[in-house]
Amino acid sequence: MTQATNNSLLATVAQALASRRIRVVDLTQTLTPDFPQIALPPEMGQCWPFRLEEVSNYDERGPGWYWNNFSCGEHTGTHFDAPIHWISGRNLPNNAVDTIPVQDFVASAFVIDCSEQVKADPDYLLTVEDIERFEEKHGRITAGSWVLMRTDWSKRNDPVAYQNFDETGQHTPGPSSEAVQFLVEQRQVLGFGSEAIGTDAGQGYHLRPPYPCHYFMHGAGKYGLQCLTNLDLLPPTGAILICPPLKIQKGSGSPLRVLALVEEQA
Amino acid sequence: MTMPMMKPKRKNPILRTRQMNLPPWARGRVALGMTAAAAEGRFELQVCEDCNHVQYPPREACHHCLSPSLQWRAQSGEGQLLATTTLHHSNDLFFRERLPWRMGLIQLDAGPSVLVHLHGEVGDAPARVKVGARLDRAGQAVLIGFPEHGSEHMADDRMLREMTSDPKFRKVLVTDGKTAVGQALVHALVKAGADIVWVGHAEPWKKMPGLDDITKHPQVTLVPLDLTNGRSVSELAGEIGGKVDIVINNAEVHRSFGIAARRGTDVAKAEMDINYFGLLRLAQEFGGALKGRSADGATHAVAWVNLLSIYALSNFPAHGTFSASKAAALSLSQCLRAEMRPAGIRVINVFPGPIDDEWNQNMPPPKLAPSAVASAIVKALKDGVEDVYPGDVAQEWLERWRDNPKVLERELAAGG
Repeated sequence: MTQATNNSLLATVAQALASRRIRVVDLTQTLTPDFPQIALPPEMGQCWPFRLEEVSNYDERGPGWYWNNFSCGEHTGTHFDAPIHWISGRNLPNNAVDTIPVQDFVASAFVIDCSEQVKADPDYLLTVEDIERFEEKHGRITAGSWVLMRTDWSKRNDPVAYQNFDETGQHTPGPSSEAVQFLVEQRQVLGFGSEAIGTDAGQGYHLRPPYPCHYFMHGAGKYGLQCLTNLDLLPPTGAILICPPLKIQKGSGSPLRVLALVEEQA
Repeated sequence: MTMPMMKPKRKNPILRTRQMNLPPWARGRVALGMTAAAAEGRFELQVCEDCNHVQYPPREACHHCLSPSLQWRAQSGEGQLLATTTLHHSNDLFFRERLPWRMGLIQLDAGPSVLVHLHGEVGDAPARVKVGARLDRAGQAVLIGFPEHGSEHMADDRMLREMTSDPKFRKVLVTDGKTAVGQALVHALVKAGADIVWVGHAEPWKKMPGLDDITKHPQVTLVPLDLTNGRSVSELAGEIGGKVDIVINNAEVHRSFGIAARRGTDVAKAEMDINYFGLLRLAQEFGGALKGRSADGATHAVAWVNLLSIYALSNFPAHGTFSASKAAALSLSQCLRAEMRPAGIRVINVFPGPIDDEWNQNMPPPKLAPSAVASAIVKALKDGVEDVYPGDVAQEWLERWRDNPKVLERELAAGG
């Protein structure tokens, strides 16, 4: 292995980080008991919300130290979806968070801005035309990259507005079935990321197939990121995502810290 | 005539909040039999199985024939008032703080003469009266002389209010407003004259029907409360704990599984997390505040109600993990009762049979209407009882459980 000298690639990156020419942007929602969890019909198994129980707080339970126990599901808060999460990806090799090649946890991201469309329609579905229009302007999406759907949904701080339920279920944006298939088959993306509670739209159960983003992405060994925030701080192209999930044996996903490296315009 | 109680003035915040001094609470083992009956709203005395003489005070052997075979039996309480007296002095702190206090001597038609606290509507002797047993603030049975025919506002009698937990003019927390029982409770409490009803509202993004109906009442406020979240409980206690007079914990998770019918422990954990740990979190955060205000004026903190289940007594295997969580809650509730007793806060356990809700959809009738559960809880508060078994199913199970718990276990294993 060669030592990183001053003109090596990483040394340049280190200098750029130190001088803030490369900024680190946090794309993670804070883990708090108030952040909503995905809601399934009550007769089904449920994902645990984030919960915190104090062990001691410089008190009779531990005079010199403060710490907590926490509990949550693999799919609580800002989290990573592994291919094993979905039945379509259940038999793929290296399909769980502990066996996914670590090289995949650092990759570039393309950010498609749908915030205007979502303002008018919370059920908005990303289309193939949206992707083509994006590529006309910013260039072709490269294989092995993340595609992030910016909706500004994360700006809905009130959990009621964020979940956006009515009697017919949840109304949040996501990709159309065709757009997912296009990204998987024509662009060989690494995965798909969203700001809402799932990578699929709130009404995704009614698409064909149900939950197309989960079905096609995970079926092709691709990943998912959801409950992202600060996507409005990313450029359409050029950001690098650092998103390693917890190394849970045969884990279907995990809460994680998602960071983006963004290069300032000189 | 009892004058209707008027809404008390706001308390003067520069005065020290009065603390509770309990009435005399020591009782022998035998005398606790009267407390056990009063806890369920009955007046019972021992009756000799050999000579039928009715005994008072409670004793080990018949005062007439010395037989040790004494059985507790329900009494009508009818009798003749012989004499009355009004205390203007007492060395007992509880009575000293509540003088003047009127008492009477009554000859029961069943035989014994008894010393009672007198309801204000009972006139001078001689008069026909009816004796009833109530739990006092120490949680022990005392006898009360009631008028033969009471008037409309007789529950507002100053002495009687010391024995009951009437929600009138009180501030109540109902921990879950999303269930049918929770919503029926809110309506019933408003009707009973509650001053404020705070209603717990977990996971507000799940919009359950009926919430708009309860918030139409000006007394009702939805508050964020999720019993699975310690922080949520402690934040609400910090906000309103010092004002709540009655806590009604109706939050529950109910799924119908035994051991084999559902893989894993997530459902059982969810049941325990609300039904048992939820009660624990709530009691740790609200218990102390209630105790500190148990003598705070005419509408002091007074009671804590737990919605349990008749399955808490004996496991109903078809709803096996739910039964276990309610048994755990019952046990914890007994601990809570012991810890609240020094302050005179009454802990009321409610043991309904199957309630007519979505989780009992497959149960054949009879099922308890949510409004019937709500009425039973409000009635328990007004009557000052401690254990309530509303509805026919609960009553029948209770009888079978008392008769022989082992036989009931076998019957439940066979499906009921």
